[in-house]
Amino acid sequence: MSNEMINIENATYKYSTIDEQGFIALKDVNLTVNRGEFLVVLGHNGSGKSTLAKLMNALLLPTSGNVYVKGMDTKNEEKLWDIRQSAGMVFQNPDNQLVATIVEEDVAFGPENQGIAPKEIRQRVDQALEAVEMSKYKKHAPHLLSGGQKQRIAIAGVLAMNPDCIILDEPTAMLDPIGRKEVMDTIKKLNKEQNKTIVHITHYMEEAVEADRIVVMEKGQIIIEGTPREVFSKVKEMKEIGLDVPQVTELAYELRKEGIEIPGDILTIEELVMAL
Amino acid sequence: MLKDITIGQFFPGDTIVHKLDPRVKILITFVFIISLFFINKFYPYIFILGFILTAIKLSQVPFKYVLKGLKPLRFILIITFVINVFMTKGVVLFNIGPLEVTKEGLNQAVFMALRLIFLIMGTSLLTLTTSPISLTDGIEKLLNPLKVIGLPAHELAMMMTIALRFIPTLLEETDKIMKAQMARGADFESGNILNRAKNLVPLLVPLFVNSFRRADELAMAMEARCYRGGEHRTRLNEIKIERIDYIAMIIMTIFFGFLISTRYI
Repeated sequence: MSNEMINIENATYKYSTIDEQGFIALKDVNLTVNRGEFLVVLGHNGSGKSTLAKLMNALLLPTSGNVYVKGMDTKNEEKLWDIRQSAGMVFQNPDNQLVATIVEEDVAFGPENQGIAPKEIRQRVDQALEAVEMSKYKKHAPHLLSGGQKQRIAIAGVLAMNPDCIILDEPTAMLDPIGRKEVMDTIKKLNKEQNKTIVHITHYMEEAVEADRIVVMEKGQIIIEGTPREVFSKVKEMKEIGLDVPQVTELAYELRKEGIEIPGDILTIEELVMAL
Repeated sequence: MLKDITIGQFFPGDTIVHKLDPRVKILITFVFIISLFFINKFYPYIFILGFILTAIKLSQVPFKYVLKGLKPLRFILIITFVINVFMTKGVVLFNIGPLEVTKEGLNQAVFMALRLIFLIMGTSLLTLTTSPISLTDGIEKLLNPLKVIGLPAHELAMMMTIALRFIPTLLEETDKIMKAQMARGADFESGNILNRAKNLVPLLVPLFVNSFRRADELAMAMEARCYRGGEHRTRLNEIKIERIDYIAMIIMTIFFGFLISTRYI
């Protein structure tokens, strides 16, 4: 089995606009997501990160270049449903991705579409709800839940399709800090315990610290790539494109500028304390 | 405030009436309505009343819940009654001003009013004892044979499910927009009807725009979850006809068969 989960080769994506020109959202992007990896994509609004996510499960097809999911070309229509099953997607707005009026019915939506036998759907729904710790809400109506809970239901809905990879397109952007923590804990748990490949798109730097690898996007291109330590040590570059680094890293950076001898790749408060 | 509105006014319970297959319940209600219109004498109404009371008793739905369904339709009831009283020709009992009250008119008016009352009570009993989900499931299954002539049964049911899912969400949003516009001085509460309708524009425009955006996102989310229409689709909870459903159907067929036949006796 190949180690590559998603492979993006020279992908360009152009949105058509009213004038004939079109808007280029992605320009010659090359990216490989490895099996079991926790990849974070950082970038501004309009940097092309959501477009990138939609290429990964064939919601959009590249204008030029190729995208492969587990070796399957997303342009191949026969493989479309296999691709979407392998690479599940969670969206930003929790309200706009829940379909049914009862939590367990919603989680069942994916497997129902795949035509799985009712008995197995039941099993998968229970397991998925267990994994996101929402089992006791399975008979609830989604609109009565909090944002973080709704987003976990959405994750369970994807999980029930048994994907190898979960793509999360700014799942925390509309949540309060508590909801954000709930969702992040769930994502990390799925990555560690179930070995799901995670592609997490966000603009919160704190969420990127625990990633295996970070990709920073700007104007449709990948400009920085590396481990959190490598990426966040480039404080100046990050600031130039208007992105922040975690507060502690910035503090360390400022201290270094003032002549205090500490390493430049500090990510957590503990590390800074130790260094000082 | 808008959150309090419940649609479908389902009254949860664990009784025989609740457990009946939704298809059976829909069919029974359908036959019930038909027989109401076939009956042309007073005495079969006693059986209808008995049927409704037994069903309410069995379903354990409080009687006042069923009566509540009549409230919004009280004007229609009154109008029907009044028109029938005054417009039917026959033996004049007494006069109110220029209007004549006839024996036949009074008869007809009571008859029509009862028919409407039974109709409303019977149908609201269906929605009170059947959850929206099983109701849509039942409708989908019942309409399935009509697919042959091109009726999109699954799509209709899916639309109903999504509508039910988004009613609370949109109500909440309406509430939010209303408050936001009120904070900027919009006035939704004073003026005559025409003015009030005009004032709703700043509420409806953002609501519509947002709904379209929601629809777009939902469509994408559904596609991402492998939605491709009704074919090959399975269900988490398949509805199936049990013995109790057969028994109910047989009893009801005899019962309503008898009621309909009273027209010709």
